Amino acid sequence: MSTAIRPAPVIDIPTGTRQLPTRRRLRRSSTAGLYLAGLLAGGALAALSGSGIVLAAGYGAVLGTVAVYVVSRSVEGRRTATDRLVTCVVVAAFGIAMVPLVWLLWTVVSKGARRLDGTFFDSSMLGIVGPGGGGYHAVLGTVVITALAAVISVPIGLLTAIYLVEYGTGRLKAAITFLVDTMTGIPSIVAGLFAYALFAVFFGPGVRLGVAGAVALSVLMIPVVVRSAEEVLKLVPAELREASYALGVPKWRTIVKVVVPTSIAGLGTAVMLALARVVGETAPLLVTVGITNGTNLNPFDGRMATLPVFAYYQLTQPGFPPGFAIDRAWTAALVLIALVMALDLAARLIGRCFAPSTRR
Amino acid sequence: MAPRIDVTDLDLYYGSFLAVQGVTLSIEPRSITALIGPSGCGKSTFLRALNRLHEVVPGARVEGKVVLEGSSGQVVDLYGSDVDPVDVRRRIGMVFQRPNPFPTMSVYDNVAAGLRLNGARMNRSALDDLVERSLRAANLWTEVKDRLDRPGGGLSGGQQQRLCIARAIAVEPEVLLMDEPCSALDPISTLAIEDLMTELKEHFTIVIVTHNMQQAARVSESTGFFNLAGPGRPGHLVEINPTGKIFSNPDNRATEDYVSGRFG
Ligand SMILES: Nc1ncnc2c1ncn2[C@@H]1O[C@H](COP(=O)(O)OP(=O)(O)OP(=O)(O)O)[C@@H](O)[C@H]1O
Ligand SMILES: [Mg+2]
Repeated sequence: MSTAIRPAPVIDIPTGTRQLPTRRRLRRSSTAGLYLAGLLAGGALAALSGSGIVLAAGYGAVLGTVAVYVVSRSVEGRRTATDRLVTCVVVAAFGIAMVPLVWLLWTVVSKGARRLDGTFFDSSMLGIVGPGGGGYHAVLGTVVITALAAVISVPIGLLTAIYLVEYGTGRLKAAITFLVDTMTGIPSIVAGLFAYALFAVFFGPGVRLGVAGAVALSVLMIPVVVRSAEEVLKLVPAELREASYALGVPKWRTIVKVVVPTSIAGLGTAVMLALARVVGETAPLLVTVGITNGTNLNPFDGRMATLPVFAYYQLTQPGFPPGFAIDRAWTAALVLIALVMALDLAARLIGRCFAPSTRR
Repeated sequence: MAPRIDVTDLDLYYGSFLAVQGVTLSIEPRSITALIGPSGCGKSTFLRALNRLHEVVPGARVEGKVVLEGSSGQVVDLYGSDVDPVDVRRRIGMVFQRPNPFPTMSVYDNVAAGLRLNGARMNRSALDDLVERSLRAANLWTEVKDRLDRPGGGLSGGQQQRLCIARAIAVEPEVLLMDEPCSALDPISTLAIEDLMTELKEHFTIVIVTHNMQQAARVSESTGFFNLAGPGRPGHLVEINPTGKIFSNPDNRATEDYVSGRFG
């Protein structure tokens, strides 16, 4: 690091030679053009040999990279050529990573848009056979159950994180950390079966309740909240706590009035991301909440509809003719993705609005 | 109100590392005691032991005795089993080596923090008065009086340090510990802080850590010299004497070398 800022040694160079050697550089457009030419050649090659689009892209990327490298090496020299080679590889990797994402979004949007109409948002499936109907009951059910899951897991998760960061020592802290780590890896169906078994003890077998679903989601959500809140709380500098202690403020007040307000933006973000993580869970809701055709917004009274389970049943039991139900399933998937995006957006907004500002 | 502090055989540990060993000294009431010594010899560690802040570092331990003797004669063993560290810290305030204003609070709230965080109720005008008085004392008032509602983190480093000084004196502690309070300040603010200390010592007991010999000579009544035998060895108190004596003919050779700039 220090070498980077050390002034260049003063050496007496005879004037005239005191300039950098000029190098020939390829223009930006010419490297891009070369790569594109390689891509097209690859495509042509694939077309001639009759292979599919995936192979064509593969050939093209390789040819384009080789073309850029060879030309750059002969014009610009080895170091720049290596730089261009790595750039080509990185861009190709980025392209590959984007493919499934864009493909998925495109599929869901194109298929889901068909039923993205007013009816979808203001009617349930009560008495619907064939066309029409919608996910009104499922959207609201998802909101109710996710909110209930948040009500259960946010206090537990935040308090656990505060314990781990501010109070925990020794064995107990290690044990809790270990348990939370283990919980992070629990398959969601196991969480569902656990909640089902728990409620079956009280309400008998075959029980289906919204609150059971919320408990199942909490099992998945709590470890996520704990881990991310823990990281956020650890970022609060010890100096701030000490500043507060030095004013004679007790520890609990220091936590409530200094530590938590300082990290409130991060904590909000942590909660939102945990919600986004569980809002689309299907398996645990399938076994705990089930599905109904009508609107039930009382999580303490019988089955409820939720978006993921709604999509699942519309897809697996479409009735006849199947087209209408399958369209509804895609729209439910689209709404679910929009919901997750909204939660992520909310997380960012919270992070931005509540961050301690240093404006003068 | 200003108490006297008696320290006996104080050993301070970070985990198993003995950072400061065998300190015995008395700090006189209504006076300024300066602590000097090379970097890493444990001045900050010792200072933090006086208001029981040392123990908040995980694994840190204290052995020995620190006794607070009030002017009315009541005696408190700071590390006694029935003493709450929170009460100790209410009586002994501290200014840290690095400025640490609360980033979520405004300038005003930072100064009022000692009262607000402790849940004290105070009417608005009395609080306004207190904030203004504290900021004036810390020589910060004229710079911030138009932006009291702006975040404390938006001030310059030196302004932040003065804000922290204002925050510490706003709760009117009996003892004020200052860890290099002027290391980030310009000469004018430094003088203002020194004037403030001279004023405060009429009522308070002040302990200041400083690397600035002139400062120690200017403001303090007595000066303690800390040293350490080598890296990894514990720091210890070499001698504590009236400041005049320390800077003219100290008892110890090492002190003389240090204050006259001959060491190593
Ligand atoms: N939190 C800590 N954990 C472990 N060791 C520490 C910690 N703080 C300080 N030490 C060690 O204790 C010793 C004394 O440190 P201290 O901060 O008291 O020195 P100092 O005299 O204040 O130095 P300076 O003049 O540079 O501020 C040093 O060896 C330091 O490495
Ligand atoms: Mg120090």
